[in-house]
Amino acid sequence: MPDISAGRLAADDYGKNFSDVHPPLSAHEAVVESDRCYFCFDAPCTNACPTSIDIPLFIRKIGTGNVEGAAETIFESNILGGMCARVCPTETLCEEACVRNAAEEKPVRIGLLQRHATDTYIERHSTYGVRAPATGRKVAVVGAGPAGLACAHELALRGHDVTIIEARGKAGGLNEFGIAAYKATDGFAQREVDFVLGVGGITVESGKALGRDFALADLRSNYDAVFLGLGLQAVNALGVEGEETAGVVDAVRWIEDLRQSQDKSAIEVGSRVVVIGGGMTAVDAAVQAKKLGADEVTIAYRRGPAEMGASRYEQELAQVNGVRILHWVAPRQVVSEGNAVSAVEFERTALDASGRLTGTGRALRLTADQVMKAIGQTFVSGVVETVALDGGRIAVDEEMRTSLAKVWAGGDCVRGGEDLTVQAVDHGKRAALSIHAALSV
Amino acid sequence: MADLRSNFLGIKSPNPFWLASAPPTDKKYNVERAFRAGWGGVVWKTLGEDPAVVNVNGPRYGAIHSGDRRLAGLNNIELITDRPLELNLREIAEVKKAWPDRALVVSLMVPCEERNWKSIIARVEETGADGLELNFGCPHGMSERGMGSAVGQVPEYIEMVARWCKEATRMPVIVKLTPNITDIRYPARAAKKGGADAVSLINTINSIVAVDLDSFAPVPTIDGKGSHGGYCGPAVKPIALNMVGEIARDPETYGLPISGIGGIETWRDAAEYIALGCGTVQVCTAVMTYGFKIVEEMIDGMKKYMDSHGFSTIEDFRGLAIKNISDWKYLNLNYIAKAKIDQDLCIKCGRCHIACEDTSHQAITHMVDGVRRFEVKDEECVGCNLCVNVCPVEGCITMQPMAPGSVDPRTGKVVSPQYANWTTHPNNPSAVAAE
Repeated sequence: MPDISAGRLAADDYGKNFSDVHPPLSAHEAVVESDRCYFCFDAPCTNACPTSIDIPLFIRKIGTGNVEGAAETIFESNILGGMCARVCPTETLCEEACVRNAAEEKPVRIGLLQRHATDTYIERHSTYGVRAPATGRKVAVVGAGPAGLACAHELALRGHDVTIIEARGKAGGLNEFGIAAYKATDGFAQREVDFVLGVGGITVESGKALGRDFALADLRSNYDAVFLGLGLQAVNALGVEGEETAGVVDAVRWIEDLRQSQDKSAIEVGSRVVVIGGGMTAVDAAVQAKKLGADEVTIAYRRGPAEMGASRYEQELAQVNGVRILHWVAPRQVVSEGNAVSAVEFERTALDASGRLTGTGRALRLTADQVMKAIGQTFVSGVVETVALDGGRIAVDEEMRTSLAKVWAGGDCVRGGEDLTVQAVDHGKRAALSIHAALSV
Repeated sequence: MADLRSNFLGIKSPNPFWLASAPPTDKKYNVERAFRAGWGGVVWKTLGEDPAVVNVNGPRYGAIHSGDRRLAGLNNIELITDRPLELNLREIAEVKKAWPDRALVVSLMVPCEERNWKSIIARVEETGADGLELNFGCPHGMSERGMGSAVGQVPEYIEMVARWCKEATRMPVIVKLTPNITDIRYPARAAKKGGADAVSLINTINSIVAVDLDSFAPVPTIDGKGSHGGYCGPAVKPIALNMVGEIARDPETYGLPISGIGGIETWRDAAEYIALGCGTVQVCTAVMTYGFKIVEEMIDGMKKYMDSHGFSTIEDFRGLAIKNISDWKYLNLNYIAKAKIDQDLCIKCGRCHIACEDTSHQAITHMVDGVRRFEVKDEECVGCNLCVNVCPVEGCITMQPMAPGSVDPRTGKVVSPQYANWTTHPNNPSAVAAE
């Protein structure tokens, strides 16, 4: 019988395993670290940040004891700076660009400094920013994820009235439902939502789904502008025999259940878990499976380490947590025993002479009690059928305008996205500025 | 292997590294710890007359810090020793007896009367100490009572007291100078005229080290008020080096032995003072920051430096820099240097660019062919060295002299091999004709 069960750990261990993966800097550590910043000209870190946070300036403010001023510099560019400090792959963004890498291969710990500043601010203040006088214009924002929240905050600041319509029961998007629990502990995602909404002028209507409870056309006629921050709705299928077998789960759904559970000991996890995929979701699922007490967790990815969507840092985080990463294997069949999964059959892959991924014919079987699918998500376009798409996602221009008048879009649902929180924030903000300009004419 | 032994005014010590008269030398316990750690000598904390002075019972020190809270400058409002004279004299005798190979100089400060000086000197004689240092330097507290820098600021007093002291003792007399004057050469000349065997400098600099922005009082703050203090530590070293250099090259005091003081933390600092002519150096703030153990680094570093340069004793390089201190007007205006950025060492922080662009000569690029790259534009570079100083990577930017005969792209003129200075420059209204 497959070994899938909840409550594998002693009660105390759940708290330990799901505590902050990177404890915050103390005030002393923050000052010492801030001193390492060279205050570069035309700072490469800022240029590497999708939201262009003025990083040298906020770090300098930390160094002079002006931590709240530092946070204001961050929020001015990125209202979700608190979550970005936790979930950004800084090692491929600001910290990769830090000139200290060239100097001594040790960047300034920008992410942790940002967290220090934003945590300090959020603890002391209920929100950031003061609304401009009301304009009387109304904007609908569909989706309360990072893109929608950033867009709504920026619009609210400029005096517009915003209604966020969210399909799920609460706001937050992937910050609340998607990322690993140990990256946003102590209900931070909801605290941040409250912080963003605290600016005023934003109403959230949750539990209302586009295409089910209302149509895009309704919004276009009832509001002056519409922003679509829909995210991605479907998990890609493996497309192999046995995919429907009991014990095969969507990693995204499994993580969501884990994030929303009040009691992590109630989450079922296999003794031997195989995670198929190579992105952040695969790592988040694999590490959390391990933290829930799985005995063996393997990430199986069809290409090599360099091609993985998960950063090198995330790969190492998985390995440090005892996850094995197997490269160059593609799933061919989910093997079942009785009605449940018992193994996954893989074929070894390689690049052929022209550099294309190809099967080698050599098979590999991994015994598994539970299989998690994490090979990406897709945008389901049905709900916005009148909007032009590009590559399966909503087509937008530089200002995040869609093909429909009065409709903007951003975040993971648009073409060209890198599926990063920080990029979604940038999209939301850019769209808001464009909407504001349009409404100000 | 280099020999660090020092003979300063006949006072011998195993190395030229002494502790300055200050809190670290206030009593036997500290001084013996210093000698065990390897210090070559000490100047005992300044003795005064009984009844002893009293110190404030609140904070005595304030500091400024550079990055990572590295102590860059220290300010104090502590007075001379607040222990009974008898106790200090007894301990001085005990320490000298137990550590005969170390230098033990006694610092003194008493009211400006002949009998006061002669009376205390007679008592110091009995301790077997090696020398006297006259404290004409402390700028705080004691100066309000007509002592310390109040004496050091009046050359006539310096000469007078130095003379009294020389008459009263077998010991060499060192006059410790205050930097709180306009021209350090005058007090040095006065000391020499009074018969002093040497000068030591600098004492601390008048300072308010910080202002508390909540209480609006100077730091350190005593019950809501603050008094100016004496400033020392690494930040004062350039000021002290200049004063040492001025005395060393002044024809009237040339050759007068100098004990260098001011911001010495490492062998390198000490070597710089010696290169300017100092026979010994005195350290205080560095040991108050790191403890006595730093002398191990100083001894080893100095030996390595001397070995690498073929100096077997400190006399081999003492004073070698004096002849190269010049008045500005004699600097060679035909010497032309350009900054050069080593692209392999460059980490692309851009500080050189922004410093030059915002505040200087717009002589450094930030973009070349669309790529972030910092290069010196020789046609704009005046060779000011600012980029070298702001660059975080040592050795990345260097100043390269232009060879005579080449053309300076900034001026279009050929670099002359001839030495030419301001005194003969056509723009100088007082120029004399070049020979």
